Amino acid sequence: MSVLSHPDRLDMLLVGVGGQGTILASQIIGRAALAAGYDVKMSEVHGMAQRGGSVVTHVRLGRTVCSPLVARGDADVILAFEQLEALRWLPYLKPGGTLIASSQIVPPVTVLAGLARCPDDVPSYLYRHARTLEVDALDRARACGNPRAANVVLLGVLARELPLPLEVWLRAVRECVPERFLGVNLAAFEAGYNYRDG
Amino acid sequence: MMMKELMTGNEAVARGAYEHGVLVGVGYPGTPSTEILENFARYEGVLAQWAPNEKVALEVAIGASMAGARAIVTMKHVGVNVAADPLFSAAYIGVNGGLVLVSADDPGMHSSQNEQDNRQYARFARVPCFEPSDSQEALDMVGLALAVSEEYDIPVMLRLTTRIAHSRSLVKLGERRLPPRRPYEKNIQKWLILPAHARVRRRDLEERLQKLAALSETVPVNFIAWGDRRVGVITSGVAYQYVREVLPRASILKLGMTYPLPAGLIARFAREVERLFVVEELDPYLEDFVRGLGIKVEGKEFFPAIGELSPELVRAGFEKAGVLEPRGLPVLDDLPVPPVRPPVLCPGCPHRGVFYVLGRLKLTVTGDIGCYTLGALPPLSAMDTCVCMGASIGMAYGLELVDPERAAKTVAVIGDSTFYHSGMTGLLHMVYHKSRGTVIILDNGTTAMTGHQDHPGTGRTLSGEEAPVVDLEALVRALGVRRVRVVDPLDVARLTEAVKEEVAAPEVSVIIARRPCTLLKREPRRPVRVEEERCKGCRTCLKAGCPALSVREKKAVVDDVLCSGCGLCVQICPQGALVGGGVVGA
Repeated sequence: MSVLSHPDRLDMLLVGVGGQGTILASQIIGRAALAAGYDVKMSEVHGMAQRGGSVVTHVRLGRTVCSPLVARGDADVILAFEQLEALRWLPYLKPGGTLIASSQIVPPVTVLAGLARCPDDVPSYLYRHARTLEVDALDRARACGNPRAANVVLLGVLARELPLPLEVWLRAVRECVPERFLGVNLAAFEAGYNYRDG
Repeated sequence: MMMKELMTGNEAVARGAYEHGVLVGVGYPGTPSTEILENFARYEGVLAQWAPNEKVALEVAIGASMAGARAIVTMKHVGVNVAADPLFSAAYIGVNGGLVLVSADDPGMHSSQNEQDNRQYARFARVPCFEPSDSQEALDMVGLALAVSEEYDIPVMLRLTTRIAHSRSLVKLGERRLPPRRPYEKNIQKWLILPAHARVRRRDLEERLQKLAALSETVPVNFIAWGDRRVGVITSGVAYQYVREVLPRASILKLGMTYPLPAGLIARFAREVERLFVVEELDPYLEDFVRGLGIKVEGKEFFPAIGELSPELVRAGFEKAGVLEPRGLPVLDDLPVPPVRPPVLCPGCPHRGVFYVLGRLKLTVTGDIGCYTLGALPPLSAMDTCVCMGASIGMAYGLELVDPERAAKTVAVIGDSTFYHSGMTGLLHMVYHKSRGTVIILDNGTTAMTGHQDHPGTGRTLSGEEAPVVDLEALVRALGVRRVRVVDPLDVARLTEAVKEEVAAPEVSVIIARRPCTLLKREPRRPVRVEEERCKGCRTCLKAGCPALSVREKKAVVDDVLCSGCGLCVQICPQGALVGGGVVGA
């Protein structure tokens, strides 16, 4: 199965909480897409939002890409590293688009301190509004040796959905991940890539 | 084969500076500009330095230009406010080696206290301005800006915005070409602007600007892409990309050089199209100019002047203007609103201890710019003000001046990098005027907010060389402060005692709250444990606002992936139910 509805264009959002590794994941996607011959544009968030705030990276592939931002209602895929962020960015998904979401929920500090509430049963909203693939990325990453590699597990799940060859992905992971974390991250990628097979 | 790489605008500016023979790069970190200099510093044969502030950075760059080398100076938009003094004079004196000031503006204030459109600065200071629309243009425009700088004897502004600085797109890489250094010859009529010389340079500047206006008519970065002539759009920067996306068939006048503007080219374009629009981020800078030419134009009535533009806002503008048919988007009206997720101080952040204590003591806290501004947010809620770099100190004294009793209830809080940037002069003012105030310097040994850049207190330079470490206590004493003490910000009892004593003291005092940024010193630490039988679920620990702590079913829970073992919550818990933490093996 492939989520690529227009063979010459693919718009994605990577959403999560500052520190979850959205930028690394987007860099790997960018490398892989470039190696597969796409034009690529991406837009990242740096600075204050990285301190545990809501973060989003826009990734656009195509023959020629103009805007570095995905328009609201245009994303083919949203890769969500956290479920409240999936909910927040869901209006960016186009009708019929795919949501790949970690099962993790990270309550904001305002919720932890009792100053705000999380909505009940977030996954049911996600399932109702989007073709949703929920992934227990944190557990899978932990099984690979480091819970911080959850981002790369999710990336592996995404990779399986996209029309880029596996070798291109593996090379991109090797190019983007520092040597000492490579083993864990390759295992995490594989766990994600084979996720659908059980 | 030509090498191509996916680069952010900031990486591309650094690459452009390298390829086009820039020898000296200086700046002060600030989102979204920081990575320009960090990347430039990685190239061979360059001199890259962090300055204590943007004014010093520009002055160093002016000196480097005077000595005949090519130089760039980088900063965020508000940094140009700090560097404005030398900038305005630099336009008069001109350059020797090419001099480019990179201003990275932050529409939408992703990580800034205001949004200002620094194209206005280019016009105000009378320096040419270039605005790239992607990373390739960013790289190429550094070369163009340097050449224009040298040919027209003037510093040049390269204006980026967040979406250019932090977006990645493809860039062709070239070789470095280092131009021969231009000799410096003494010439006080040019380099020394006392009034008699300045009056001459003032007229000369207008002549240079006239030549630059002529250049703007023909320079290839200002071009027309003809399409359907029923709609013509004048645009610049990232807005150009949104217009191409939304109106792929319209005629576009794309302006890469936005000061001086090409009046003739604009008039010619306007004559050929039925409806003329300007689409630009922030101020109606181009629009006002076009209207000033007596040309009928539409713009800000459809495209907001506040915040960032986006493809959907540009589309909505053209829908409102009747150029595009309205496109219905699916309505997700039963979607619950997720709770906001503001940024927070990291688990283990030493600032948390300071704001916990200041909140408990109910002091008025004048704040400053850095991660620690987050101490203003609930549940810490322990900061009253934030204005600009260094303002905490002057403002605390201003409060005291009008309301002397308040000195015993007020502290100024400022980070180490911010103190070196522009806090020292404020403190000198307090000493000079016999203030009774208290300043807390949050010394975490780095410029944390922007990603841990070095500064005069870190002992290292941007190029990785060892440097003398400024002695902060001695510096503060040398400014005339007699009451100086150093406290661990995560020692609640000692810090509380120190703050109480110093605000009561009848003279100016400085508390240095010293502990390295938790992201900087990654020693393996034991997470805190909860002794459940002691925990009463009183939620006192949550007042510290630590993301690693929560209370579930009336028991505290520590997230052992997030917990850094800093032990602040252990000191806060009235039941002694939180235990452990600390460095493994200590």
